[in-house]
Amino acid sequence: MLGLGRLGGRLRSNPGWSGSLWTQRNAWRFERLVLCQSLKTVTPLRQDYFRDLEKQLAAMRKKAVDALPGSNWTPLEINPNLPPERADIVIVGGGVVGWSIAYWLKKKERVRGALKVVVVEKDLTYSRASTVLSIGGIRQQFSLPENIHLSLASADFMRNINEHLDVLNEEPVDLQFNQSGYLFLASEDTAHIMEENYRTQRDAGAKVSLLSPTQVKEHFPWMNTEGVALASQGLENEGWFDPWSLLNAFRRKSISMGVVSCHGEVTDFKYTMNVVTTIDDDKLQLRRIQSVKVQMPNSLEYQPVECSIVVNAAGAFSANLVEKLGVGAGTKDAVAGIAVPVEPRKRYVYVVHCPEGPGLDAPLVIDSSGVYFRREGLGGHYITGASPPEAEEPDTSNLEVDHRFFEEKVWPHLANRVPAFERLKVSSAWAGFYDYNTFDQNAIIGLHPLINNMYFATGFSGHGLQHSPAVGRAVAELILDGNFKTLDLSGLGFKRILTQEPMLERNVV
Amino acid sequence: MSTSVRSLRRCCHHSALLLLPGRRWSSSSVSPPPLHRRLLLFLAQRYYDVEMLLNWQLQRKRTKIQKKNAYYAYTEHFYGRKIAAAYYVLNMRGGFRFVGQTEWFSSDQRGKFSWDFLNHKDALLEEVNLNYTLINHRGLSNLEGQTCVKTLSLRGCPEVNDWFLAGLHIFRDSLEELDISHCPLITIGGLPALRNLKRLRRLDVSSLPRVANPGLVFILLEEMLPQCHITVAGYDLSLRQGRVNQGPQESERQKGNLRKWRTSG
Ligand SMILES: Cc1cc2nc3c(=O)[nH]c(=O)nc-3n(C[C@H](O)[C@H](O)[C@H](O)COP(=O)(O)OP(=O)(O)OC[C@H]3O[C@@H](n4cnc5c(N)ncnc54)[C@H](O)[C@@H]3O)c2cc1C
Repeated sequence: MLGLGRLGGRLRSNPGWSGSLWTQRNAWRFERLVLCQSLKTVTPLRQDYFRDLEKQLAAMRKKAVDALPGSNWTPLEINPNLPPERADIVIVGGGVVGWSIAYWLKKKERVRGALKVVVVEKDLTYSRASTVLSIGGIRQQFSLPENIHLSLASADFMRNINEHLDVLNEEPVDLQFNQSGYLFLASEDTAHIMEENYRTQRDAGAKVSLLSPTQVKEHFPWMNTEGVALASQGLENEGWFDPWSLLNAFRRKSISMGVVSCHGEVTDFKYTMNVVTTIDDDKLQLRRIQSVKVQMPNSLEYQPVECSIVVNAAGAFSANLVEKLGVGAGTKDAVAGIAVPVEPRKRYVYVVHCPEGPGLDAPLVIDSSGVYFRREGLGGHYITGASPPEAEEPDTSNLEVDHRFFEEKVWPHLANRVPAFERLKVSSAWAGFYDYNTFDQNAIIGLHPLINNMYFATGFSGHGLQHSPAVGRAVAELILDGNFKTLDLSGLGFKRILTQEPMLERNVV
Repeated sequence: MSTSVRSLRRCCHHSALLLLPGRRWSSSSVSPPPLHRRLLLFLAQRYYDVEMLLNWQLQRKRTKIQKKNAYYAYTEHFYGRKIAAAYYVLNMRGGFRFVGQTEWFSSDQRGKFSWDFLNHKDALLEEVNLNYTLINHRGLSNLEGQTCVKTLSLRGCPEVNDWFLAGLHIFRDSLEELDISHCPLITIGGLPALRNLKRLRRLDVSSLPRVANPGLVFILLEEMLPQCHITVAGYDLSLRQGRVNQGPQESERQKGNLRKWRTSG
């Protein structure tokens, strides 16, 4: 009552104040109004007084309702960008993998709004995210059946992308997909591996064909086939697309389905620990995350988000998150000492201009030396690069480009394969991080053995973009159904790291 | 430094695209949809139920097309692969000619056709006409195993897109003539897939509305398929705006100019 009285008091003094202001400000209008509306009985001044009063009353009523118990009004100023205090699933990392998981979780929920999913991304400009720094290729030519099936499923998703990611009343998704295929070249030493892979790929249902050097020359007259013993070419479901479009499409659709997007960095976790004893009498410390600490950008403010499941989709930096839970390097415990074997590896991409280069028919060529190139647009531009040998991995503290690497390690091979590339000019370059799995260059998908409620989708080692649609579905199945339903990816789980049995992928570019 | 600026620019560009109101009719050249559609969309933005209904309607339309293009497993089981392919073509309201025959089998305006083709159990198709039909990538799989298709006509097919063009590799050892003119979904992203069709002699790519800078694209296409005669009509190939009516020689000369411009630039 007292408060209301005070409010009323302030109210009473208000109209007079605004009235005087009104006379000053609108004097000219007042004159005009008097002139042309002299028939009115109420003066404009009084009319305005009542209108103002009405507004004030409405504001007062709103305040009173807000202050009633049951509303979420608090006297403190709240940052509207803060994430919610509670969520069912928190996805760390808003790259293409994170958003794909968010989409599939929402797609699979039975009742609208049944799941509260939050995606936490620390950098909305994505300046260091692999997704937007990749070259956007998709291929079926892998050596592991799991990877081939992931590619096939993802290609199927992209073919029907507007059935999945179309948002009512918005522009349809255009991935700018280039149906150009990959062409792998093998030397004498590696030809038998290529043949083996070819058989695996055909068995998995991929449309691939093998070419002899003469056939290569016939199909691609601009290529020098010296040293090529065998080539394999993708006929369908291969090519490249715009990574941004895919990321944005996933994000747009997920947000329209009710996923909460949050700008902030996950810096810490609150977790409980349980000690269990194994049959061999070893003690294992099992952790369970209770809340995720989300630090707001450029401020000291943070918000703990209570959640039941955390998905680690932080790309190249996903191992950092696990270390915050006391798991990984530096721990004495035998099992807990096994780190997540994912680290950033810097890869350079060079854009070159060469008007005489191969034209529209150029596929994404992967030379036996490891150097790759593809066409970029129609103006005679090409994108090229290579992975350095293990011993010469560049420093990953920044994203600077080493141009010597192009001169020494890329160009010679490029010009040897396509003589027209002798006369190229480098027009720009960039670098990005592979989310490199040092253990076996393959994705890690599934629960961490020591962290009860953290799911992994990381370590893609340079093919995460193309697998993101199928991986998102697989992780959503794992979370909501308890196991894989469509594609069996149990081989890509954490177990292989514990047992030290690598699933080696031979076709890593 | 330059990388971060570059990625920032790229990002700004894209987020600007995101922020723009993504209405389909936002560009002035497209006329707004009729009142009742606009009303429905307005309601859809306010009520989940209406949105759901609209989504269902869209979904139904898609399912209908997919059903039409379903895999003809039943026919295949009883009559074999080859008859299933022929039956599929007729059911799509298309027409075809068997290898070594002159007679055409096609369905009429109302989708009716004679069943005489059942007499040719082992014949393969040589010419297939699927103009203005709803064939899509899924339906194409019904024609797999047709190793003698020499002529394929897909003029004005609303569901033929870039993925479909990539799927045409199933005819790569036989196809000589292909007509994909007036297909509204084809973009520059799909044309490189025609590289797989090494025997192609004639290609019609007239009036593809979504191919940007057609002049350059068709020169590149000619370079990619040197043995093939490419028909290009229905485009304004002039580099400068405002020059319309041009004879064939004129357009030849302009193509020459373009070629020069490309090699010098
Ligand atoms: C040069 C290059 C070329 C490539 N070419 C291809 C290709 O042709 N085909 C292909 O399929 N793949 C390619 N890749 C690989 C592909 O880009 C990655 O595998 C894929 O993008 C991984 O996606 P992601 O979402 O896991 O990671 P990212 O895109 O890196 O996303 C992770 C996000 O998590 C955020 N994050 C990290 N830590 C935190 C935290 N603590 N809190 C909040 N947010 C956090 C980061 O800001 C980042 O945005 C290439 C990569 C590079 C570098």
